[in-house]
Amino acid sequence: MLIRTNFLGELPERDATDPTLYLRRRELIRTAAVAAGLLLLPGCGRAEGDGTARPADSPDGFSTDEPQTPFEDAASYNNFYELGTDKGDPAENAGALVTRPWSVSIEGEVAKPGNVSLEQLLAATPLVERIYRLRCVEAWSMVIPWRGLPLREVLARFEPTSRAKYVAFRTLHDPARMPGQRRPVLDWPYREGLRIDEAMHPLTLLATGMYGRDLPGQNGAPLRLVVPWKYGFKSIKSIVSIRLQETQPQTSWNLAAPNEYGFYSNVNPEVDHPRWSQKRERRIGDFRRRRTLPFNGYAEQVAQLYAGMDLRANF
Amino acid sequence: MGGLREGSERFARLCGQGAVVALTLLPLAWLGLSALRGTLGANPVETLEHTTGNWTLRLLLASLAVTPVRRALGWSWLAPYRRTLGLAAFGYCTVHLLSYALVDLWGAWDTLVEDVLERPYVSAGLTGFVLLLPLAITSTRGWQRRLGRSWVRLHRLVYAAGIAGCLHFLWLVKADLREPLVHTGILAALLGARLLPRLRRALRV
Repeated sequence: MLIRTNFLGELPERDATDPTLYLRRRELIRTAAVAAGLLLLPGCGRAEGDGTARPADSPDGFSTDEPQTPFEDAASYNNFYELGTDKGDPAENAGALVTRPWSVSIEGEVAKPGNVSLEQLLAATPLVERIYRLRCVEAWSMVIPWRGLPLREVLARFEPTSRAKYVAFRTLHDPARMPGQRRPVLDWPYREGLRIDEAMHPLTLLATGMYGRDLPGQNGAPLRLVVPWKYGFKSIKSIVSIRLQETQPQTSWNLAAPNEYGFYSNVNPEVDHPRWSQKRERRIGDFRRRRTLPFNGYAEQVAQLYAGMDLRANF
Repeated sequence: MGGLREGSERFARLCGQGAVVALTLLPLAWLGLSALRGTLGANPVETLEHTTGNWTLRLLLASLAVTPVRRALGWSWLAPYRRTLGLAAFGYCTVHLLSYALVDLWGAWDTLVEDVLERPYVSAGLTGFVLLLPLAITSTRGWQRRLGRSWVRLHRLVYAAGIAGCLHFLWLVKADLREPLVHTGILAALLGARLLPRLRRALRV
């Protein structure tokens, strides 16, 4: 794999593991945990599913130890309208989404704007692995192990100016590679945005992989945002442009239905979507719904970002 | 001689009914088999809800299409299938409602109440079911005889149920309206096919 081998020397030890080994290790851990709570590989393995929802178990304190959603489910049940509106469409149409070569432009309020290749972007920042909960606005959720770059470290390299108050993201616009864009389901290209402090939060990730392998097309290859305390649609996929700006950017779902999809879209059990309650969610693989946690369980880390804000008005 | 012909006709009708009933049960059988094999996808409850909802509307539209098609093509043998298809639609509607209320929202009764009261697509769906209920109950020959002319009038409610079903679908979809619009278009065409001749007759008089 081009991306990995190019700069292997710059990776921390834990990320340099061969994906297959890595996957096998996960499988072993899972099997052991499920079967008897046996502890394999002392110091690395940890028992899963102790029932708590605290996102603080990995070395950097950000990952959850909840049972992970099977890869097959995470890679076959997707909302990615650029590849089709049915949940199964993206996996089916992912072949059209050619992601090599890929480059991202970093524009706007930065001292060093530029158009960088994915390889350059990856080479400059060490990869991390984070196991996050993902909560969709449609009231289902998953637990996904991501691999990627902390967004703050990426942005820092381009030196945001003092006028950079927001970050606007844009997806590729190419109906040949994204067949869903042939119909005006949304105002293409897909756009999303964050406030600068949200973008700079250590939880915010630019993911390039999941489950120890490169991102599949349906999951937003080759580069997507992951903002675990917000509804899934904020985590824009297949990014080609990152623009820092002084004004709040327009976002696709907010443009399509402003009363249903706000700019912030923080996971909030108290604020219902007009068409469904947000009090509970179905974790994919579970039969019963579980209660949804404020900020998707990341309140301890992010609630202070919204101190003094009315989160009903700013939903 | 006449008795023999009558008998064979009755036999043919029975076979036809059996075939239609079997056909309408196919999606349900598929659901059951897939559930047993664990191939209902990542979100089986959603698959159950969507599949039964889709078939409710399809079968309802099929039952509404029987009369116009029969008239247009002179296929009088189609007539008895209207009730079969209508009852099948009601069956899927019931499974759909139960899978939402009992399977999807099991234990989340506060959400159930909230959904029905506050979310128009849920209210519309429930309205559709409530409208179909008396039609299913009075679908027997006995009720038809007892109600006489009122039976015909009562069963016009099926169009209201169809409209409720289409609204339910339209309001549910986030952005891609193709599927619900196709259903709504077919319903509008069927309603038009029923109303136009009446309108023309009324104008001539």
